[in-house]
Amino acid sequence: MSDLKYSEEHEWILLEGDVVTVGISDFAQQQLGDVVFVELPTVGRRVEQFGDAAVVESVKAASEVFAPVSGQIVEVNEALERDPELVNRSPTGDGWFMKIRLGDPEELEGLMDEAEYADFVASQG
Amino acid sequence: MRYLPLTEADRSDMLAVIGAPSVDSLFRDVPESVRLAGPVDLPAHQGELEVECALTAMAAENVPAGSVPFFLGAGAYRHHVPASVDHLIQRGEFLTSYTPYQPEVSQGTLQYLFEFQSQVALITGMDVANASMYDGATSCAEAALMARRVTKRPNVVLSGGLHPHYGETTETLLKFLDSKIDAMPADIDGTEDIVSRIGADTACVIVQYPDLFGRVRDLQPVADACHDAGALLVVAMTEIVALGALRSPGEMGADIVAAEGRSLGNPLNFGGPYVGLFACSDRHVRQMPGRLAGETVDVDGKRGWVLTLSTREQHIRREKATSNICTNSGLCALAFTIHMSLLGEDGFRRLAALNHVKAVQLADRFAAAGIEVLNQTFFNEMTVRLSGPAAPEVDRLAAEGVLAGVPVSRLLPNDDRARDLLLVAVTETATEDDMDRLVAALTETV
Amino acid sequence: MDGKMTETGTYTGNRGLRIEEPLIFEQDAPGRSGVDLPDPPPVQNRLGGLDRTGVIGLPGLSEPQVVRHYTRLSQKNYAIDSGFYPLGSCTMKHNPRLNEKLARLPGFADLHPLQPEATVQGALRLIDTLAHWIKTLTGMPAVAMSPAAGAHGELCGLMTSRAALEARGDARKRVLVPDSAHGTNPATAAICGYAVEAIPLNAHGRVDLAALKSALDGDVAAFMLTNPNTCGLFEDEILEQAQAVHDAGAFFYCDGANFNAIMGRVLPGDLGIDCMHLNLHKTFSTPHGGGGPGSGPVVLSDALASYAPLPWVVHGENGFRLVEHKGDAAAPAVPYGRMKAFHGQMGMFVRALAYMMSHGSDGLRQASSDAVLNANYLLARLSDVLSAAYDGPCMHEVLFDDHFLKGTDVTTLDFAKAMIDEGFHPMTMYFPLVVHGALLMEPTETESRESLDQFVDALRHLAARAKSGDAEAFHAAPIHAPRRRLDETAAARHPVLRWRPEKILNEAAE
Repeated sequence: MSDLKYSEEHEWILLEGDVVTVGISDFAQQQLGDVVFVELPTVGRRVEQFGDAAVVESVKAASEVFAPVSGQIVEVNEALERDPELVNRSPTGDGWFMKIRLGDPEELEGLMDEAEYADFVASQG
Repeated sequence: MRYLPLTEADRSDMLAVIGAPSVDSLFRDVPESVRLAGPVDLPAHQGELEVECALTAMAAENVPAGSVPFFLGAGAYRHHVPASVDHLIQRGEFLTSYTPYQPEVSQGTLQYLFEFQSQVALITGMDVANASMYDGATSCAEAALMARRVTKRPNVVLSGGLHPHYGETTETLLKFLDSKIDAMPADIDGTEDIVSRIGADTACVIVQYPDLFGRVRDLQPVADACHDAGALLVVAMTEIVALGALRSPGEMGADIVAAEGRSLGNPLNFGGPYVGLFACSDRHVRQMPGRLAGETVDVDGKRGWVLTLSTREQHIRREKATSNICTNSGLCALAFTIHMSLLGEDGFRRLAALNHVKAVQLADRFAAAGIEVLNQTFFNEMTVRLSGPAAPEVDRLAAEGVLAGVPVSRLLPNDDRARDLLLVAVTETATEDDMDRLVAALTETV
Repeated sequence: MDGKMTETGTYTGNRGLRIEEPLIFEQDAPGRSGVDLPDPPPVQNRLGGLDRTGVIGLPGLSEPQVVRHYTRLSQKNYAIDSGFYPLGSCTMKHNPRLNEKLARLPGFADLHPLQPEATVQGALRLIDTLAHWIKTLTGMPAVAMSPAAGAHGELCGLMTSRAALEARGDARKRVLVPDSAHGTNPATAAICGYAVEAIPLNAHGRVDLAALKSALDGDVAAFMLTNPNTCGLFEDEILEQAQAVHDAGAFFYCDGANFNAIMGRVLPGDLGIDCMHLNLHKTFSTPHGGGGPGSGPVVLSDALASYAPLPWVVHGENGFRLVEHKGDAAAPAVPYGRMKAFHGQMGMFVRALAYMMSHGSDGLRQASSDAVLNANYLLARLSDVLSAAYDGPCMHEVLFDDHFLKGTDVTTLDFAKAMIDEGFHPMTMYFPLVVHGALLMEPTETESRESLDQFVDALRHLAARAKSGDAEAFHAAPIHAPRRRLDETAAARHPVLRWRPEKILNEAAE
């Protein structure tokens, strides 16, 4: 999965054309523990970079998932409604959260690649 | 001092272990200027006998409802509570336990909360209920907050048949949020057209069933109008015994039921503690405030219960929580559950029927005595029109040993139409003799 | 090992006095009831055609069955009456039964809130008397009695503050809270329309005064502080904090959950507080009841007293009166609204006043002294085997972190579950969030020295076991409780929140 970029909020982004797919990293799902519920945005909603987009809940914690880029939600992963465990089992695959049509490709600059993200996680301690 | 086990010997030994010269030295972080030199100016300690005498004297200044013919309602209804209830809730394991955060040693609390939630869902006709709120009025206010979250709309319409305390509590809770409250005028004639007030910004409409004046009406048309407009219908109830005789709000399309549960299991208590019921549809469960007990299994595969969906609550979501509520009404909810368990299907329906029968008998007596009853419909409460202001009459009758009802002006002091109106409630506790005395007293008035 | 290792070995699944008790819904027999109510005579009903048709689904049990059912449930609960319950910031002190007796006097319990005032003078007198005790103990001029619980009182305090600010024409936008704040604080601020900003703690576990001062500006409505704080420490710079807050034109709200540490020794009014809620169900011994009911009166400074919510009790010409409407409120009172139906938690008022009168002024001061002594005793006897988060002395509660468990593969949670097997309710875990794996212990003054020593000895033993590498035993705990660890993930993923009759049909079909 070396095409994935990562944000400091432990989200991954996959760019295909002008649409980015967004999910949370393996490190994030480990930190959260068993995911019990995901609150996804409605399709068609506009999101701002670094603004609230989704919420992922485990038994003991609820975390905001921020939009890594500005744009419009074009699709959400409805499988997560029935099966929130997908986020734990396949965080960078079937456990994806949403797809955003990107407004400004320059917003992707500053994201980390896989190796940089691994260093970032290690430095968190 | 009987509640303090430490002896002087204990205290000095413990200070030696700590390595502190005195207890005062443990308070060294308190700025010296604010340390009190001695006890504050209040009476010194007393034994049980003295405290009992003092408080018994205060209690003796009051007229208990059960000591006279009693017909007050207006949000609190007097019912007979079976003797077993109070004994069971005073068991130390119920009385002196805490919120069930360690479920392995709290299965008693968690199981009864699950039973309570089930009973509330059944009688209201809703999918799911929480483990209780402070009272019916705060439950109603929380329902408005929830409707705003669910619909993402700001405004609320309050029926003129809603108990003024419920309306005021709701307005207060929403006071600093961006919300317009359309509080309709008191629906004394029963003719309000609430549907016409629903707009594109309406999160919910709140109606009461039976209403403030005791009337019962079909809420299905209001529910349909709300849903057509994308709003929720909140049904508030102050007398849940009515659900033993009446169609449930759930069957009429309610989205949220916010009720006062105190009629079962709990005494009048001069206004508190009470127990709020909160029930809604499955699809909104994650927006529901308050605690929830949920079923699960332990590592041995045995069925048990835990507090669940806690991520909605203040201790995790903090500023994004569904509410700031922390306590529920624990012991009052237990009393409700036990009373409801004793009643069962038959007992609950029979209790409701008895209440209604007494109300019908009283209404017939009023009619025969020429006393005007405004209601076409009622469950166990009705509105009577006197020939002059009701409040002074009620005071006069109280001095003569009859608690005749609640003057509507007590709740609506600024509404001239309310001046001569009296809310009269009658439950299974009223005797024939009581009703005779009430009718005679009011006949003099009329 | 899986769950099979603890088979009960009995036919019923019961173990002596420990009974496996089904739900009431599983004990239903149609037509059965635990009450005897007369047959209602037939009448022409006035229900407007809205009669209930169809079955509700409530189960029918007799009185003996109901009594047995709830008795058995009670036996699965830990309680203060059963043992030590060191939950931090909850003040699990003894609940006197005199309180219960007096609250049940018909002259208190059997009063309707809207009875004519002439018939409830004793009740109004009690509320007034309790208010006097509360004001005297806190050194504050006014108190709002109606809030139903601590969080409700917090809401009242913050709403009063906002009402006062709006009256000045300056509502402001933000509320400051410490990093260590209880979750109700930011939730409350949000309901009042305020954004929340967190202030960090210094190395001594207190609010960083410089950080507070730099955050205070003309946009800050209030600072919400718990004192003693949630780390069990007295905020020694509180006078400077109050000065800074007032200099910025903001109000100082104090969460009074920990008042048990300073009652009779310090007056919050002397600390510069503008409003503070009390928890009658913590400090003043009214029972926790498995989660409620509580009572949260709020003391108010002169600056805020005029904005207190309805209703309140006043002395009139003819005795006590209730002020229930804005129009009835004498100037300068401008109540911001009403917090709940009726007057407040009267049942808890009776209990709290009975407790206060029993202790008296001298006893209440001794109680807070003993509470602080007990907590410091725990700190002294445990600090070599557990890791205290801050240097002592502490107030009425003591905070440890999980540093002492480092390298053992035993977490704070595992440690707590092992305490259950030893017969103790665990202390508060994972709160406050400012330390890792927090363990917050509050013994209260109603624990004897013997009880504390037994607790300390057990914890020393557990700490030694954890450090000796016996992690498996901790992971399996508890094994002696009525239930072992429960699957909270499944409960949250697929919530089952009520009994459903269809369940029986489905199970039969499987």
